[in-house]
Amino acid sequence: MIQPVLTLDTFGLLCPVPIMKTASAIREIAVGEVLEVLADDPQILEDMPAWCASNGHALLDTIEEDEEYKLYVRKVK
Amino acid sequence: MSKPVKAVGLLSGGLDSTIAAAMLMRQGIEIQGLTFYTGFCVVEHNRRSKTRKRKKPVRNEALQAGAKLDLPVEMIDISGPDYLKVLTDPKYGYGKTVNPCIDCRIFMFRRARQYMDEIGAQFMFTGEVLGQRPMSQRRQPMNVIDRDAELDGLLLRPLSAKRLPPTVPEQEGWVDREKLGDIQGRSRQKQMELAEEYGIEDYPSPAGGCCYLTDENFGRRILDFFDHEGKENLTMDDVMLLKIGRHFRVKPDVKVVMGREEGENKFLERYTPGRWRLETKDVTGPTTLVEGHPTDDDLRQIAGMTVRYAGSKADPGTPVTCRYADAERILEPSPVEESVLETWRI
Repeated sequence: MIQPVLTLDTFGLLCPVPIMKTASAIREIAVGEVLEVLADDPQILEDMPAWCASNGHALLDTIEEDEEYKLYVRKVK
Repeated sequence: MSKPVKAVGLLSGGLDSTIAAAMLMRQGIEIQGLTFYTGFCVVEHNRRSKTRKRKKPVRNEALQAGAKLDLPVEMIDISGPDYLKVLTDPKYGYGKTVNPCIDCRIFMFRRARQYMDEIGAQFMFTGEVLGQRPMSQRRQPMNVIDRDAELDGLLLRPLSAKRLPPTVPEQEGWVDREKLGDIQGRSRQKQMELAEEYGIEDYPSPAGGCCYLTDENFGRRILDFFDHEGKENLTMDDVMLLKIGRHFRVKPDVKVVMGREEGENKFLERYTPGRWRLETKDVTGPTTLVEGHPTDDDLRQIAGMTVRYAGSKADPGTPVTCRYADAERILEPSPVEESVLETWRI
């Protein structure tokens, strides 16, 4: 089971703002820890995998429910 | 083993900046991508405001390029009062519309230089091509931009480097000038050949007109704002609304913004506080926001406009709900004549 150490709520925000906030939040956790991102902008389904791939972090899971999203990002470096 | 030379690359995700990054990566340069959020990007705006039932998602190309090339990308938000001053009071004026391209470049490059120093990079680069764009990518404006942004020779333009004076990274031997490009002009042929050589596929088509500030309609709207509300009062919320829907100036102090489709209507709903919001009752129609201080007669006319754009299912007398904060009223307006609408259209 994924256990995030920090949750970032981006409800109401439109991309790329949730991605910029994710970039800030990931700096606050240690390598190996997991950040949970809550979002309601579906563009995050495109942007988060690309952001993780380019910045070397691991997108562990994406859960979609009623047009709301939970994304779990493990800090890798 | 010596530490690799590090550079900050301004990455839009378009073909040029992607190739510039790939060119330097082949020389062993460690690259940190950088992209700015200005609030004026057409693609970004379409991603936000258009109906989400698209066949093909609109991607953030800078992030996609970073993922493709396996290089990190930092996104920095520069939308805000300082950036808006670039728009309202540009030292070097506007281009064809309300586009302060030279001042915008200077602003971005200054911020990039600051970021370069923050992360300990030795130089920065862009995908600019000499002679590709009329305002900011000619030799003389490039010199002005480099001077005013205080880049001290640390900006490399790899695609056109051989046509430009050597920069510090070339003089210091951090990069091999002989392996850089000599591209000039608007053709993309050489870039496409390089893309093939570097194995770069699936790149976006040319992004001419990718900035709202070069859009004629947007330019007309922003000048209307300057005239009626004063450029010193411009905020990012105003900018967001100027980009969307149909706009009408009903009176000097009353402006109407009307959604053209479901995505725009939803986008406008976020800007309801402090404004009248009108919607047709029982039939599908546009979301209409009213800025300023409309009288009862104004509201009735604006309700008529709302019905006019509600489509074939709305009869002239279709009721319209008008809301402001907790107040609500229903109007059954008369239609507004097309000739009158045209005089109001911005």
